[in-house]
Amino acid sequence: MPSSLQQHLPVLTVLVPMLAAPLCVLIPNRAFTRVLAILASAGSFAVALALLASVRESGVPIHYALGGWAPPLGIELRITLLSAFVIATITFISTVVLAFEARGLSASGLPESRLNLFYAAYLLALTGLVGMVATNDLFNVFVFLEISSLASYSMISLGKDRRALVAAYSYLLIGTVGATFYLLGVGLLYQVTGTLNMLDIAARLPEVAHLRSVAVGFVFLMVGLFIKLAVFPLHQWLPNAYTHAPAKAAAMLAGTATKVSYYVLLRVIFTVFGAAFVFGQLGLARVLLPLSLLAMFVGSAAAIYQTDLRRLLAYSSIAQVGYMTLGLSLQNADALTGGVVHLFNHGVTKSGLFLIVAAMATRAGGWSVDAMAGAAKSMPIAFGGFVLGGLSLIGVPGTAGFVSKWYLVRGALEAGKPWVAFLILLSSMLAVVYVWRVVEAGFFQEPQAREGFEASGRIPLNMLVPAGVLLLASLVFGIWTEPTLGTAASAVEYLLSFSNSGASM
Amino acid sequence: MIGDAQSVAGLAIYWAIIGLMMTGLYAVIARENLIKKIMGLSLFQSSAILFYIAMAKVTGGTAPILIEDKHAQATRAGHGAASAGADGTNHAAAEVLYSNPLPHVLMLTAIVVGVATLALALAMVVRIQDRYGTVEEDEIVQQDLRSSLRRAFKPAAE
Repeated sequence: MPSSLQQHLPVLTVLVPMLAAPLCVLIPNRAFTRVLAILASAGSFAVALALLASVRESGVPIHYALGGWAPPLGIELRITLLSAFVIATITFISTVVLAFEARGLSASGLPESRLNLFYAAYLLALTGLVGMVATNDLFNVFVFLEISSLASYSMISLGKDRRALVAAYSYLLIGTVGATFYLLGVGLLYQVTGTLNMLDIAARLPEVAHLRSVAVGFVFLMVGLFIKLAVFPLHQWLPNAYTHAPAKAAAMLAGTATKVSYYVLLRVIFTVFGAAFVFGQLGLARVLLPLSLLAMFVGSAAAIYQTDLRRLLAYSSIAQVGYMTLGLSLQNADALTGGVVHLFNHGVTKSGLFLIVAAMATRAGGWSVDAMAGAAKSMPIAFGGFVLGGLSLIGVPGTAGFVSKWYLVRGALEAGKPWVAFLILLSSMLAVVYVWRVVEAGFFQEPQAREGFEASGRIPLNMLVPAGVLLLASLVFGIWTEPTLGTAASAVEYLLSFSNSGASM
Repeated sequence: MIGDAQSVAGLAIYWAIIGLMMTGLYAVIARENLIKKIMGLSLFQSSAILFYIAMAKVTGGTAPILIEDKHAQATRAGHGAASAGADGTNHAAAEVLYSNPLPHVLMLTAIVVGVATLALALAMVVRIQDRYGTVEEDEIVQQDLRSSLRRAFKPAAE
């Protein structure tokens, strides 16, 4: 690779999908835009892998000044091991989801001839998500956050059901309120530090840490990010949005959107404020720990009572976000590693599950748990995939979900909170219940003939393969943990060491 | 800072901003009409924009236009209205004082984001009106409830 290109890799991850998106609007050819979108997303993924390799090799973050303007004046991108890992994760998921050919029930409400607009929105959402991870500028995070949010609102509103519109509308309201809270938080920090660059803010914060503006600014940032992350009491937008969105949008957002918010949360806490300030002085864990535990139980318990499979998965997502924030609030390296690796593990698992559910629902003619009756016989491969994903959600050894929960439990024990470890196991039991409901329908109920619907043929490969890739990834990375767990562990190590040195400065 | 008439005036704008913000947030939460909710949302966003503009104000400062080359670095970026003002008076003799331009530039972006959000929200309301025939939240909830009940009981009736 020529060195000039190598030098510009950080911006390319964002730029490739960003430039492809308007092309999708300008060239209204469905097949072309589909290929273009896949290529753009795959290109971004390839760049992310190159970045990941180079950061892993050198061990130091890559700094990139946008447009050649040096940091105090210009916007800076900063790729650490963790951000390269997150970018690689989300671009991988988005590429595989793009390859999924949505049809029938799982298709969007757009007419075939305008599907190019869906791909444009999809790529813009990806641009925003990648940008949020790559940038080192607090205000720039807001801009990318809004790019990805606006694109996601419009994608969600394209669902077939009219309830998709209401879901997207309420997500827009709460999402904009969240983003504005974030903006106010940035403003308060800017007011006392006079800079927007995360590292510069981190360097100047110790002088002004006693000011109330800093604490208030932090709280504003947290509330804004918690809304985007769907932390327990602020999760109301999520179930409806994921249920009624077109299958591809739901699968993509479920695997990436909340994960990116989690990453930004980590970055704000560890890079900008420093763990000592956040956990020592402000005591974030006192709030976040109970909320995470509540999310794990309320989310899983609500999932048990859902009849719609998509809504079941959405509530399960709320519980899984609880595991990720739990890893953060336990404040040790093991738990945080568990949280970070769960970002990947849950991302691939949940996206795969959303895709496989869309494929099965298209075949069975309905989204309800009852529609899955006899699915183990009528579509054994797809249903096997669902069971695999379900096992990973529960955290059965050998699956990806086990790896993250193992580290969370270790972290809980290390933190001297064995009751938290017990609660993690207990909430996994709830996951068994909601996965079992579907398994029971699939294996032990007779398929019912649905009026006016003929279950026809097999699930086409272009639905099955993308879902299968993600679900197999959740199996493969449950056994071959070096690439995910190894990266997450060293990323966390770097994050914590950086945070400690920052606090002592 | 306390007791200084200028600082009290400086804080008054923050009270106004908080008032505007809460008005907007209240409308988003309490209004049933989807259009009124959007109006509330716009108010809420405007309060954030005002907040940035207010903090950029430097007492006695002029527009941030380069007057002479040597004054290019007149004021350091940053600082709130009060502290920047205090800062400014120290240097006023030697340098031209101007308002901090950066928050204005940031808010240009935020305004663009706000307009895009507003447009998207209004487009959604148009589509909701098409599909539901109403823009009142309670009626939409009722319609959804009714249709999901119909779906739930249809198999039993057959």
